[in-house]
Amino acid sequence: MTSKLSRRAFLKGSLTAAGSVAATTSIARAATSMAHTKKEPLVTLLDISKCIGCEECVYACQEVNANKYPEPQKPFPKMVPDRVPVQDWSDKRDVTDRLTPYNWLFIQHASATVNGEEIELTIPRRCMHCDNPPCVKLCPWGSAKQEENGLSRIDPDICLGGSKCKKVCPWDIPERQTGVGLYLDILPAFAGNGVMYKCDRCYNRLEKGEVPACIEACPEDVQTIGPKSEILEKAHALAKEMNGYIYGEHENGGTNTIYVSPVPFEQLNQSIEKGKGKPHLNTVKNMMADGTNLAMLIAPLAGVVAAFGKFYLSSKEDK
Amino acid sequence: MKTTGKLRRYIYVLTLFFITLSGFGQMPIFKRYYIADIPGLGWLAQFYVTHIIHYAAASVLIALVLYILFDFIFNGSGLNRITGSGYLKIVILAGLIVSGGLMVFKNLPGVYYGHTTIIVLDLVHLSLCMMLLCVSLYTLIWEKKWVN
Ligand code: SF4
Ligand code: SF4
Ligand code: SF4
Repeated sequence: MTSKLSRRAFLKGSLTAAGSVAATTSIARAATSMAHTKKEPLVTLLDISKCIGCEECVYACQEVNANKYPEPQKPFPKMVPDRVPVQDWSDKRDVTDRLTPYNWLFIQHASATVNGEEIELTIPRRCMHCDNPPCVKLCPWGSAKQEENGLSRIDPDICLGGSKCKKVCPWDIPERQTGVGLYLDILPAFAGNGVMYKCDRCYNRLEKGEVPACIEACPEDVQTIGPKSEILEKAHALAKEMNGYIYGEHENGGTNTIYVSPVPFEQLNQSIEKGKGKPHLNTVKNMMADGTNLAMLIAPLAGVVAAFGKFYLSSKEDK
Repeated sequence: MKTTGKLRRYIYVLTLFFITLSGFGQMPIFKRYYIADIPGLGWLAQFYVTHIIHYAAASVLIALVLYILFDFIFNGSGLNRITGSGYLKIVILAGLIVSGGLMVFKNLPGVYYGHTTIIVLDLVHLSLCMMLLCVSLYTLIWEKKWVN
């Protein structure tokens, strides 16, 4: 039988030890360790084996972040040329089966076979908070920023909604809402198209020493947050205990979101529904490391050496 | 001597062309305004491609600028030979290299800039680029040289 119950029974049976590892990390401990580690980025660990897909986290996210959601002005200003897409989610705020400007976290479903038994897994998905986030680094307008605690967020007062962050994000995470933001005050017909929204890892709660809402609301303690080294250590211990797999540690050169699963991620990736607002679980190369940094470093030296070489040769000729 | 001068000029013009095009390609405009639909220009809407081209062209430009600068120093050619428009272009190029360099640094992992810093750098870089284009157009039309 492929049901939540059988999946849970399977996991409860084989993963009690693994569960107890994660259980030692209470929210209180996470909060204290966060206060002590200003330098090291904070990382969240998601133990997929514990998630029951109840969506408590999704609703908690919507509740605490409702005040950040867009309230677009309608009718939208006409945009030139006609091909510029209007993206309006304001009448579909209750959509929870994908990422939208009003839903920054959703639950992905996968089925897999482990030890001959078919199980169902549910995976909370949101922004990965990359170590070197292309959405932040490649925004041509400085709307996005990364904080020292590792989170990245888009400022809704600065964003023009060009959607470049979404195109450069390896998981296509940010979602656009038309009809809000700074572009309305500049040239709404010719430039910009709203504001991009995504999980900001509850930056305002972290500032107050609170954990993100989705972590707090989870009845199964699926997520743990803490300093990177501590979380990575925990993730590896957990993966070892459950004979499982890790995702997010090396993807895009490293992220601040680590998933641990009893099933290989390739298998999960094949099973999950992918597409608009539904990110994949593929391996991702480091998008910001392409070798041109090295060229940039060598360039000045090459120029000076060439000039010196020319001078040396000509002075030799003169003799 | 003449051929190196020609080669320098050729590299400079070609680099300036690609660096400007890929620089504007950092903004999501080429797709919106159909330019990336022109056969052969599709790459202008591919942000990682324009990013690599911009960095590569910047590397060539920096190497060229330093080559010319040190060539100047080694040869001991007088600074008084540089024309007014030449000086202006040198100052703009220096500004472009410094603001661009700071942005390259920003793009490294573990470097955190605030919104204001990024916006100021973006605007300075863009304005200097526009200025360089205007001055270059002026020197091209009026046949003004870098040095007398
Ligand atoms: S609240 Fe916890 S158990 Fe429920 S879906 Fe979210 S992560 Fe899974
Ligand atoms: S996952 Fe995408 S949106 Fe999130 S930090 Fe990385 S690049 Fe940015
Ligand atoms: S960290 Fe905060 S913003 Fe991000 S998914 Fe969780 S609740 Fe939502």
